[in-house]
Amino acid sequence: MYVAVKGGERAIDNAHAWLAEERRGDRGVPELSVAQIREQMRLAVNRVMAEGSLYDPDLAALAIKQARGDLIEAVFLIRAYRTTLPRLGTSNPIDTAKMTLDRRISATFKDLPGGQVLGPTFDYTHRLLDFALMAEGEPPLSPPPEEAVAHANPTQPVPHVASFLNRDGLIEEAAASDATPIDLTRAPLELPASRALRLQALTRGDEGFVLSMAYSTQRGYGRTHAFVGELRIGRVAVEVDIPELGFAVEIGEVEVTECETVNQFKGSKTEPPQFTRGYGLVFGQTERKAIAMSLVDRSLRWNELGEDNTGAPAQDEEFVLYHCDNIQATGFLEHIKLPHYVDFQAELELVRRLRREAQTMQEAAE
Amino acid sequence: MTAASLTGGFTAAPQQSAQAFRAILEAMARPGTIHLVAGASPPPPLSVAAGVALLTLADATTPLHLAGAADCAEVRNWIAFHIGAPLVAAGAADFALGTWDALQPVTDFRIGTPDYPDRSATLIVEVDRLAAHGACLTGPGIETVSWLSLPETTAFRANRAQFPLGFDCLFTCGARFAGLPRSTRVEAI
Amino acid sequence: MTEPLTKDRQTWMSVLAKAAPGRLAQLLPALPDHRFLRAPEVGAVMVRGRIGGTGEAFNLGEMTVTRASVQLSTGPVGHAWVQGRDKAHATRAAIVDALMQTDAAPETGAAIVDVLAKEAAVATATRATRAATTKVDFFTLVRGEDK
Repeated sequence: MYVAVKGGERAIDNAHAWLAEERRGDRGVPELSVAQIREQMRLAVNRVMAEGSLYDPDLAALAIKQARGDLIEAVFLIRAYRTTLPRLGTSNPIDTAKMTLDRRISATFKDLPGGQVLGPTFDYTHRLLDFALMAEGEPPLSPPPEEAVAHANPTQPVPHVASFLNRDGLIEEAAASDATPIDLTRAPLELPASRALRLQALTRGDEGFVLSMAYSTQRGYGRTHAFVGELRIGRVAVEVDIPELGFAVEIGEVEVTECETVNQFKGSKTEPPQFTRGYGLVFGQTERKAIAMSLVDRSLRWNELGEDNTGAPAQDEEFVLYHCDNIQATGFLEHIKLPHYVDFQAELELVRRLRREAQTMQEAAE
Repeated sequence: MTAASLTGGFTAAPQQSAQAFRAILEAMARPGTIHLVAGASPPPPLSVAAGVALLTLADATTPLHLAGAADCAEVRNWIAFHIGAPLVAAGAADFALGTWDALQPVTDFRIGTPDYPDRSATLIVEVDRLAAHGACLTGPGIETVSWLSLPETTAFRANRAQFPLGFDCLFTCGARFAGLPRSTRVEAI
Repeated sequence: MTEPLTKDRQTWMSVLAKAAPGRLAQLLPALPDHRFLRAPEVGAVMVRGRIGGTGEAFNLGEMTVTRASVQLSTGPVGHAWVQGRDKAHATRAAIVDALMQTDAAPETGAAIVDVLAKEAAVATATRATRAATTKVDFFTLVRGEDK
């Protein structure tokens, strides 16, 4: 069947023009600048960078503006832009022990070396709407005293909590390896996936999906008894080997959130009783996502730790990895709104024929 | 790294690489046709066409094998600056560069897998002479027959027999080059 | 001209890469005569992390990067790889890298690299101090059974 369309292009042009006007909204209200979104909608920017898998706050802010605040649409724009960039190289693995910390807490050790640093957190707010923000007043500035700044020593590395348990052999070790991990953006996902590949999929996965999967493990679908061993947020240098120089240079910094869970483990046929670990690392201040990622990471490790597969969704690598990407999901979900006239025509014919046959059989029976 | 290895790349990369890519596509789509490229001046012994092909096709994510005389300090440095491709042994290469003799045995190169026939090597073969007569080529992209001066025919017949697996070749000579994909049937006349 | 120590060059290239583009432009408003060996090019670098902070490497995601290479008309060559998509930033960083390999290194170092390094250190210290004000101390009180 051939379907002719008239006026489609004009209708699309007009739809785009209207979309642009709707994006702008009431012209009596000042327009948002990209810098305003970058600075004041920073957690939205972080989410778009993490799921778009491209660290660039300006671009993420632009994408949010263009997408009218639809974060998945913004992630889509970033993913599309990303594909136009030549891959200039790969960084050396970032050293999160050398992170300059904004926040660092542990739910398992109260007096850990380096201390518990709350940072700019929502945790102790009362979740009451602050109508003062509606009045558009500037919050007071409270810079730390100059003397304290002079004595600060931010370059001191802060060791990970897991290293304390490690000394007693109470927690599994994470042995360093410089094997080149498979890159999900360059090679199709093949199962079974290595832990490195699973982590790449999870860190760019949809926050809502990863959160729900993590929550399901807490409610009993593949229980892993997780505590937050350590959660840290801060900035870490990115170092790249420069081919023309023959040495590595720190070319910038990224903000990341890192979460390591400590999980009770009674031992299995292959492993002794000890604590095991789940790991989350996400671009930006993205605490909920990093915790959720570490729970799902731990849950997907049932096989390598010799645990039982209870059939829980969060233990099913194929289920989790093939459904966590919101751009893949959106693409397939939304394609069903595109013209399917021929498919539907065929189904219509089929249903009509089945009804005719059923009617004929009924009449014959009578 | 000497200043010489820092020159000789594309001066207007977006346009030059797009034009070169189009020429390579055309050469692969119409096996045996000879094309002309420009825009690179790589260090010897690399030809202009081999330099253009590397600048256009290879990057830091495509392992490259340098064979024979092409594997020298000047070429390595030039590739490090302009392309950044990791240099590897024949069996791990996405691209390989050298004379036909230097690339032997060509059976070392990757030919892909039944699931991913694209995971195979492309050989950039430097030749002293490139002309539209010699071996007889037939197959996809060739209306009747086409002719190309090939270094031999046995290896290409063996390569064709593995289809859809196999390696692909670009023959480069000065600023001219021609393509020979794995799908082409080659006969000595 | 003496060959600079790699370590020093790593440091100044890193300071230049992390500088705010606007601030670098203030400190180096006029560019010395130069030509591009590599015109500024925007691309991406894949950032890797390690499982558990110390283990096997994995791909975290990409970041935008701009690189450039210049040659001053007096001969020295400079390179830059800087975070973001600012071509003027990469150009200036490469020019300063080249200047740092000439007789002008002491003045360039003092007027540009040292200034940027100090400002970056103050900014980091200010943020670290702010973080330190949110630090919580726990005191475990002596319990009866401990003697």
